[in-house]
Amino acid sequence: MSVPPEVAVRFADVVEARGEVTVTVSRDELLETLAWLRENQGFTFLSCVTATDWPGNDPRFWIAYELRTIGGPVRRIRVKVGLSEADPHIPSITGPFPTANWLEREVFDLYGVVFDGHPDLVRILLPDDWEGHPLRKDEELGGVNTRYHGAFIPPVDTRTT
Amino acid sequence: METDPVLRDQTGEIRQETMIINMGPQHPSTHGVLRLLLELDGETIVGCKPIIGYLHTGIEKTTEYRTWQQGVTFVTRADYLSPFHNELAYCMAVERLLGVEVPVRAQALRVMLGELNRISSHLVWLATSGLELGAVSIMLYGMREREIIMDIFEAVTGLRMNHAYIRIGGVVMDLPDGGEAKIREFLAVMPKRIGEYETILSKNPIWLERNKGVGVLTEADALRLGVTGPMLRAAGNPADLRKDAPYSGYETYEFDAITRTESDAFARFEVRLDEMRESLKIVAQCLERLREPGPVMVDDPKIALPGRLSVGPDGIGNDPEYLRHIMEESMEALIHHFKLATQGVAVPAGEVYSAVESPRGELGFYVVSNGEHRPYRVKIRDPSFVNLQATPIMVEGFLVADAIASIASIDPVMGGVDR
Repeated sequence: MSVPPEVAVRFADVVEARGEVTVTVSRDELLETLAWLRENQGFTFLSCVTATDWPGNDPRFWIAYELRTIGGPVRRIRVKVGLSEADPHIPSITGPFPTANWLEREVFDLYGVVFDGHPDLVRILLPDDWEGHPLRKDEELGGVNTRYHGAFIPPVDTRTT
Repeated sequence: METDPVLRDQTGEIRQETMIINMGPQHPSTHGVLRLLLELDGETIVGCKPIIGYLHTGIEKTTEYRTWQQGVTFVTRADYLSPFHNELAYCMAVERLLGVEVPVRAQALRVMLGELNRISSHLVWLATSGLELGAVSIMLYGMREREIIMDIFEAVTGLRMNHAYIRIGGVVMDLPDGGEAKIREFLAVMPKRIGEYETILSKNPIWLERNKGVGVLTEADALRLGVTGPMLRAAGNPADLRKDAPYSGYETYEFDAITRTESDAFARFEVRLDEMRESLKIVAQCLERLREPGPVMVDDPKIALPGRLSVGPDGIGNDPEYLRHIMEESMEALIHHFKLATQGVAVPAGEVYSAVESPRGELGFYVVSNGEHRPYRVKIRDPSFVNLQATPIMVEGFLVADAIASIASIDPVMGGVDR
């Protein structure tokens, strides 16, 4: 999909790559951007909310919102917001898009990004008393203590059994 | 005793006259390890909170520590009832990052197996939801026909589930000898069998009583909650990615997107039955196209894994001819094999979102590469995960027994929900 002309005019940071359009905005503009895309461009359906972690960079977290049209040929657009490591807060979009409820909880659970205004921001995939956010890049895969209920399970490379 | 805040009423007091029960996670009627916290007033559900995560296996994290090619073997295990769709959506994402065009024959094979998979997934849904509502015979029939498809999958890919058959750049191998005959046999018996399911259930007073008007989710609510697939189509919206955003050549096949308008569990039953018929149509068209021989993997030694498989007396395994070639004849071939199998392929930096229509709706993969030999991020947008959010709105105000029918009509697969 090519960049719709109105989108190119309205936003400063619009990139088209591999047929996908990405709009980058600040978190203060997020709600307004999504509302505008929804009302004026027909992107009424939210497919996905997710994050990527780039430790050592600022912003460290990038939250990506995948929007699409529904009815007729699908057009898609991605809205991205960068968040600093010191202040990983972003407004929740569960008001205009109720489907974001669980998707935002998942990002909170796995990345530790806080969605301000979310009605029930608790862990979703991991137990409530889990420590840490496993999809962050500084969390190792395997060989870590099972940080749950105080259990200590030694890493595989230090075990005798 | 502490109670979940969701189950408290507005005043913050616990209502004394209601009862809170746990349905699941180990309950035979919750399709795997789904737990529902139900607040009951007599037999009526006044509050519902789904609790998930019991099957979380960290598939997304694991892919970040393996090569791009190995990723296929992990994502296929997410929604274990539709492995081909997981593989396809992942491979399409990586192929878009690489800028690779997949051979026509491989696309036809992908479509054919995807549609057979759609039928087998719908059959599991039919069998289990029938069983949950007391129709034991439909369970036996559904599983019987699914077994035929499993045999086809085993003959074609070597495995009944988690095939890792679709690879980046194509598929791993062509149809085996006799594969086409097996599929034609299935195409010959299946329409009659679908008719039998209809005969057994469509006018069955118990089935109608349990499904009609149960688990209603209107089109507007479905769209707000991000619900896709048969649930949305049963609410009158024809959204189907195979039609609206065709991939793998779907635009060249003749089939219909099935819709109903009643938005209840029975409408979903009808949609799924008719979808099986449409899938049979597509499979028949695929077989016609597969008469044309051709490559099934992209002709690029830097992307296509060099290892070859063949059918031996004990099933599908390493091709002895190829093993002799790399072990005895060609040092270069061995080095190439070793390099690609251990280091893998480097994928240009970038991000893509590719989506396919799985048996449950929009299955999307958001894949990010930083230019290395391993994915930087693989996010699976699983339709079961999103659709399951609609549970409370579908069951509140209904009886406990209706919750079973409602959840069955969502067709959630917990492997996909929890990943």
